[in-house]
Amino acid sequence: MARTLRFHVFRYNPQDPASTPHMDAYVLDETESMTLYIALTRIREEQDPSLMFDFCCRAGVCGSCAMVINGRPGLGCHTKTADLPERITLLPLPFFKLVGDLGVDTGTWFREMYTRVESWIHTEKQFDPASEEERMDNETAEQIYELDRCIECGCCVAACGTARMREDFLGAAGLNRLARFMIDPRDQRSDKEYFDVVGNDQGIFGCMGLLACEDVCPKHLPLQDQLGYMRRKMAMNALTRILPWKK
Amino acid sequence: MQTIFTDGLCIGAGLAGERAALEMAEAGFEVICLSLVPARRSHSVAAQGGMQAALGNCAMGEGDCPDVHFEDTVKGSDWGCDQEVARTFVDTAPVEMRRLAHWGVPWNRVVPGPKTYYKGGKAFEKVEAEEKSGLINARAFGGTAKWRTCFASDGTGHAVLYTMDNRAAQLGVTVVDRTEAIALIHDGENCLGAIVRCLRTGELVTYLARATMIATGGFGRIYRNSTNAVINDGGGCIIAQDTGLVPLGNMEAVQFHPTGIVPSDILVTEGCRGDGGTLLDKDQQRFMHEYEPEKAELASRDVVSRWMTHHMRQGKGVQSPYGEHLWLDIRHLGEEHIRTKLREVDEICQSFLGVDPVDSLIAVRPTQHYSMGGVRTDGTGAAYGLKGLFSAGEACCWDMHGFNRLGGNSLAETVVAGGIVGKTMAEFLAGCEVSFPTATIRDIEKREQERMDGLLSNVGGDGEDAFQVREAMFDVLDYAAGIYRNGTDLERGVAELQEIHQRSLNVSLKSNGLGANPEIALALKLPGMVRLALSVTYGALMRTESRGSHTREDHPERNDRDWLNRTLAYWKPGAELPLLEYEPASPSMAIPPGDRGYGGGKIISADEPKPSE
Repeated sequence: MARTLRFHVFRYNPQDPASTPHMDAYVLDETESMTLYIALTRIREEQDPSLMFDFCCRAGVCGSCAMVINGRPGLGCHTKTADLPERITLLPLPFFKLVGDLGVDTGTWFREMYTRVESWIHTEKQFDPASEEERMDNETAEQIYELDRCIECGCCVAACGTARMREDFLGAAGLNRLARFMIDPRDQRSDKEYFDVVGNDQGIFGCMGLLACEDVCPKHLPLQDQLGYMRRKMAMNALTRILPWKK
Repeated sequence: MQTIFTDGLCIGAGLAGERAALEMAEAGFEVICLSLVPARRSHSVAAQGGMQAALGNCAMGEGDCPDVHFEDTVKGSDWGCDQEVARTFVDTAPVEMRRLAHWGVPWNRVVPGPKTYYKGGKAFEKVEAEEKSGLINARAFGGTAKWRTCFASDGTGHAVLYTMDNRAAQLGVTVVDRTEAIALIHDGENCLGAIVRCLRTGELVTYLARATMIATGGFGRIYRNSTNAVINDGGGCIIAQDTGLVPLGNMEAVQFHPTGIVPSDILVTEGCRGDGGTLLDKDQQRFMHEYEPEKAELASRDVVSRWMTHHMRQGKGVQSPYGEHLWLDIRHLGEEHIRTKLREVDEICQSFLGVDPVDSLIAVRPTQHYSMGGVRTDGTGAAYGLKGLFSAGEACCWDMHGFNRLGGNSLAETVVAGGIVGKTMAEFLAGCEVSFPTATIRDIEKREQERMDGLLSNVGGDGEDAFQVREAMFDVLDYAAGIYRNGTDLERGVAELQEIHQRSLNVSLKSNGLGANPEIALALKLPGMVRLALSVTYGALMRTESRGSHTREDHPERNDRDWLNRTLAYWKPGAELPLLEYEPASPSMAIPPGDRGYGGGKIISADEPKPSE
C-alpha cells in the first residue's frame, strides 16, 4: 500500500520582513520511483508556490540540489523517497549563506575557492592552432577526470567539522581541486607553489581527519586518498626546506 | 534602478556564453556573464557523450576529415542547414578540441593495440595505431560515417565546462549567478543591454552593454517531458522575440532523443548505442535493423525516435504505470566497460531507476531533447534585426543543424560557435561606439518594473494559477507538436494556445512573490513561453512537409520544391500569432539535396513541377 509521507521543511525568506525561520509540514502520497525532486516539485505546484529550493539538471550531475535530508547532506534529485522513512526532515545546507528555504549560495563560496587555489592550468606554453595536440597517456587522462568529477554541490563542506570552526578552510572540494592540477602534467606549478596554497591550516593541516566529506560525497570521490596524498607530498616538500642538504 | 555598464554582456554562462566571453576578455574587453545558476551548473554540464571533430586519430576514424563531417552534418540536417555555417563549423572543430586540451580538458586518449568493440550487439576487433598513441580519441555516434566524437569518459560536458569556467576565472570574466534577463534594452536599431532580475532579492538591475549575447540554451521545458534541465525554459529566445524585431528560426524543428529513461526523463547518452547497445521491444527482440538495415540503432536521432514510436504503435511497446516504453540493452558490453566508459549511465540507472545496467534492461522512450530553432543569426553570430545583439549555442539558430542535429554536434557547436561569435563580438567592440538614450532606457525600465509590480500588487487575486496555465500549454504540445504531427491536431493546438496565451497574461500570484520566490519568476516568463509554444506549433502547422525531426503524417514527403527553406517567426507587439517569413535554407548548396541514406521517405525534388491546380 502506498505510504503517506510527511515532510518537515525549513522555511525562511530573508527578503520578506514578515518571515521568521520555522518549519512547515506537508503531506504527500508516495508514488512509485518518487525522488525528493518529484516530491518537492509537487509540493510547490500543488500546495505552496512560495517554497524555495534549487533543482537544475535533476539528474545528479549539476550539484544544485544539495540539502540536509534527515540529518545528512545529500542531493535531493537522486534521493528516492522509498529509501527514507515516512517522516522526512529537510534543512538547507549549513555553512553556506541562505538564499531562501532550502536554497543556499554555493556559487559564491566555490568561486572564491577556485580563485584561491587558482583552479586552472598554469603554463608558459602558448596554444598553437596549427600543431597537433600534446600527447597524453590515457591512464593519466582518466586519473585527472576522476578528480575532475566533483560537482561542487557543497555536501563535503557542509559535513566538515573544520569548516564549522574556520570559515577560510578550503574543504575537501578545494583540496581535491588542487590535487587534480597536481597530477596534471600540463600544469607547470612546482611543489613549492602548491605548498604555498595548501600547506597551512586553511589547507591540508586544518583537516581533523573526521572524513565525513568522503562519506557524504554523492560522486564517491576518493577525498580521503587525495588528502593523504597531498599531506605526504607536502611533508616531503617541508622536509626539503628544513634540511639544507636536501635542497 | 541600479545600472551596471560593461563592454560585453553574455546572457548565459554555459559553454557558448563563456567561450564567447573568453574571446572578448582575451581581446582586453570587460565582460559580464549573467546566469540563472552558478556557471558550472549550466545545462552544458549534463552533456554526457562528446564533441564531434574530424581529428581522425582513432582506428575507426581513419580517413576522417572535415569533408566527411560536413557531409554527415548536411545529411543529418535533412538539407535544412546553412551549408556555409556547417562548413565553418567542421573546419574549426578540430582546432577547438586541441585548444580545449591545451586549457586542461582530460580528453580520453588513443591507446595503441587491438581492442574489441560492439556493433548491433556483435563483437568486432579494431587495432589502434602505435603512431597515434596519446592523441585525442573518439567514439561512435549516430548518423556519422566515422568514429568522430571526442569524449572525457561520459562526462564530456562537465569536463569541458569546468575547464572553461576555470579559464574564465583565470581571465577575470565576471559571472553574476542567480540573475535572469527579463527584457532586452534596445532603441529599435541597436541592442543596448538587458533588464535583469536578481533571483536572490527579486530586484531589477539595468545592465548596459555595447555588445549583448544570448546564450541561454534550449527551450525544452515548454514540453512536459524533456531531458533538459529545469532552467531550460527559453528565457533568451523569449526576450529576443519580444523585441518584435528579432526573429526565431525554425522553431518547429524540435529533436526527440531516443533514450530518455522512464519515468524521470533523464537522458542516457547515445554513447550507449555508439558503444554497441541495442534497442529491444516487449518481446526483448531487436527491431531497429529491420527498419534501418544499414545504420540500425545508429541512424540519426529523428529516425530512431520515429521508428521507436512507430514500433510502439504496432503494439510492441512495454506497458508501465508511466506509459509505454522500450528497452535499451547494454548488458553485453560487460561490467568493466559499463562501470568506466559509461559510468554516468551506470549511476543514473542505479540512482534514479534502481536497476543495475550490467544485468538489467533500461526503460527508455523518445523524449524532447534539443531545440534546433532559436535566435536567428548570420554566419558570424550577429542576430537578425538588431545591431549589437549576438547569439550562440542551443539558444541560437546559426544554423548548422537544420531540421535534425547529430549527437555530439551541439556540444561541439557550443565551443566552436562560442569562439567564432566571441571573436565577432570582440571585433564589433573594437570598431563601435554606442550611445545610450536615457529616455528609452528609462521607459523600458519602467515597463518592466510595472509588469513586476502588477503581479506583486495583486497577490491572491482572482486571476489564473501560473502552474495550471503551464500545464495547459504542456497538454497542447503533447498532442500537437510531438514526434508525429498532423494538420488537424496542429490547427486545434494553435487555437488552444492562443487562449492559453490570453490566460497567461492574466495570472495572479498565490504567494507573496518576494525575494527568490519561484512563483513570480514563472509568472513573469509564462506569456513568453506560450509564445514560444505558439511559434513551434504554428510553424509546424504551416510547414506542410516532413523534414528531419518535423514529421507530418498528412505530408510524409520531404518537399524540396516548396519547403527547402527556414522559418522565421517574429512576434509583433500585441499580436496573437507569430508572423512567419521564410528564407532559403542555405545561400549555397555544396551538397545538393538528396537521399540521406536512412529514414526512408519520399522526396519531392526541387525541380518537380507543381501539380496543376
